Amino acid sequence: MAHPPTVPPPPDRRDFLAQAAAVVIGGALALVAPAAGLFVLFDPLRRKAEGGGAVWVASLAALPESGEPRQFPVLATHVDAWNRTPNVRVGAVFLQRLADGGVRAFNASCPHAGCFVGFRADKNCYLCPCHNSTFELDGQVKDRTSPAPRGLDDLPVEIRPGGEIWVRFQNFRPGEKERVPV
Amino acid sequence: MKPALDWLDHRTGWKKLLHEALFENVPGGARWRYVWGSTLTFCFAIQVVTGLFLWLAYSASAQTAWESVYYIQHEMWGGWFLRGLHHYTAQAMTVLLVLHLMQVVIDGAYKAPREVNFWTGVLLLLLVLALSLTGYLLPWDQKGFWASRVATSIVAITPLVGPALQKLIVGGNDYGHFTLTRFLALHAGFIPGAIIAFIVAHIWLFRRHGLTPKEPRKSSDAPFWPGQVLCDAVACLAVLAAVLFFVVRYHGAELDAPADPSEPFGAARPEWYFLFLFQLLKYFPGGTEFWGAMFIPGLLLAVLCAMPFIGKWKLGHRFNVGFLWAMLAGVALLTWLAVNEDRHNPDYLAAVAAAERDAERVVVLAQSPDGIPQTGAVTLLRNDAFTQGPRLFAANCASCHRFDGGDGLGGTPKGKIGASDLKGFASREWLAGLLDPAQVDGPHYFGGTKFKDDDMAQFVKPEVAGFSAEQKAQLQSVIVAISAEAGLKSQRAPDARDAAIIDQGRRLISTATVRCNDCHQFHVEDKNATAPDLTGYGSREWLVAFITDPAHPRFYGKDNDRMPAFGADKRLSPQEINLVADWLRGDWYEPGAKEGKTK
Ligand code: FES
Repeated sequence: MAHPPTVPPPPDRRDFLAQAAAVVIGGALALVAPAAGLFVLFDPLRRKAEGGGAVWVASLAALPESGEPRQFPVLATHVDAWNRTPNVRVGAVFLQRLADGGVRAFNASCPHAGCFVGFRADKNCYLCPCHNSTFELDGQVKDRTSPAPRGLDDLPVEIRPGGEIWVRFQNFRPGEKERVPV
Repeated sequence: MKPALDWLDHRTGWKKLLHEALFENVPGGARWRYVWGSTLTFCFAIQVVTGLFLWLAYSASAQTAWESVYYIQHEMWGGWFLRGLHHYTAQAMTVLLVLHLMQVVIDGAYKAPREVNFWTGVLLLLLVLALSLTGYLLPWDQKGFWASRVATSIVAITPLVGPALQKLIVGGNDYGHFTLTRFLALHAGFIPGAIIAFIVAHIWLFRRHGLTPKEPRKSSDAPFWPGQVLCDAVACLAVLAAVLFFVVRYHGAELDAPADPSEPFGAARPEWYFLFLFQLLKYFPGGTEFWGAMFIPGLLLAVLCAMPFIGKWKLGHRFNVGFLWAMLAGVALLTWLAVNEDRHNPDYLAAVAAAERDAERVVVLAQSPDGIPQTGAVTLLRNDAFTQGPRLFAANCASCHRFDGGDGLGGTPKGKIGASDLKGFASREWLAGLLDPAQVDGPHYFGGTKFKDDDMAQFVKPEVAGFSAEQKAQLQSVIVAISAEAGLKSQRAPDARDAAIIDQGRRLISTATVRCNDCHQFHVEDKNATAPDLTGYGSREWLVAFITDPAHPRFYGKDNDRMPAFGADKRLSPQEINLVADWLRGDWYEPGAKEGKTK
């Protein structure tokens, strides 16, 4: 590079004040924009999931008498950042008629990593298409080698007059031994 | 630590690089006039950082752009601050670019061998202006939308390629998703990428040729660090302080109502630093815009780029400096003319007031329990009685009616008042005025209509005027009873409180004193009724039916005086009639009210 011929000597101690001031001001200048940005970046952390209220899912008549589970969509108000949309599909559940006349409900989401499980009538169990976890009809992990850390997540069910099945729908954190609501 | 740094130095040579950067020679020592380049670099760094973080929350589509910016501004932690920082730093950059240019031209820093560096600087100036032009549209609010439409329409007048170019920029025949995706890609990708490349070139060339000292030199040469660095840092601090002042003062950047191509926007103006171009366009009559929008700015730019060559002549440098001052003075004059013209333009001021009203209102609606629908926030305003009611009233009703003496929008309609003033329609006060002998044939009620001397006035003027105190009390309870038929939101509490009076009033309606039922029907069907039905008077259903067809036998029948059948004749859609009715009844969403919006 074509530098000017006179290279000045490095600064001496008298410059110390100027150096300190430049460093302090420069540091402060560098902080403002990233700090403002980090607040916005971390905003999602303070937002709690809504839901957990009971929603109508199906009527009793839609469940096979045989006790075979069937999958139903769950309609609820979906909050997506600025949008609030009532009555849209927010997930799915498996409903199963029990011998005592009650109904059992599982969140269709696999507790391993969140894929949707399916019911295999031929094997009479739930099977996750992603990493092959299997679950008994009561939700317990069937095959010991399944990667799922816990059984399917059951949800509170209420049977209201007229055979209406209402479910308290909720999602839980996948991958954990204990159930933790998201 | 040291071994690690040495190891790294051995591989990268960073120590030499740092040394070169810090101990660059500043001929004549540190001076304040050399700070502009550094402040610009600093501002650009802020823009990159704030822009990246904004990008994390921004969603570029016609139904989500405004909504995501609203969310940043009003819902996210410190979002308004981040947005404000980005917005006002952009303004600061424009100012600093001009200052930098002035310093370079006045100090003669554009002369050989620094021509190329000067040109990269001019290019950077243009790129930064392109950044602000593209950024202006991204919030997809009314202001950005309409201003950008003007800007892209100007592109269309480019000879030969104009229309195709415009279509490419807009991403289609009309403004929409692709306009936003394209503007975002330009604003956050292409242009900043180019700017970074040219900043690198600019600084490299600057280092290659060294600083152009301002003669006479004040002191001996000094290294860049720490003297000049300190000057630069203090200058950056001052810029940041000024920016922060505006950010806090205006609580972030402005956000207008969402873009609505069906809603004219008289307050559309470009950013203040483009106002001179906006003003310049006014002087070029139809068909000659090319000269104002392209030729003149292009010519000025050409002279700017030719400065290094002009500067070689004897008087060249003087000419350059003079030219720059003249250009800046011209820009300042045009800007002042634009601002001044707007300041004295009542239409513009009204448009700004309406824009502010909409901008505030849409935020109230977005924060309502119903939130923003997926069709976008623009639907909120379109379905809002508070917003649309006055507009519809001014356009359709105010030629005869008044609302609080005006047209509902705060203007005064031309012409004589031809029908009643509908502010507070069907409320107790409004009915009391109607039944007041001094007012019934006055301009607020029947004064402008053919009913001026008709049955109602005939009843009120002589009879009510002669009422005893007891009869007046009876009339008052009738007023309360009829007003209760409307079920007005504003009268919910008094209506509930006065249930007994309402009951009494209902019974008194058909007495010999008040004798409303001589002409009106009230809850009992009356084939001979000649005046509007009092059953449900002023209720939503009643008002909608009335506006739909006032000449219906239930209302004025064949006695109807000039009022058009807005619904029956399809002058207004059912939705529009609902909005006017809701607005007249004072029924719209208000925060804190228990019930939701009336659907
Ligand atoms: S997600 Fe179901 S097994 Fe992995």
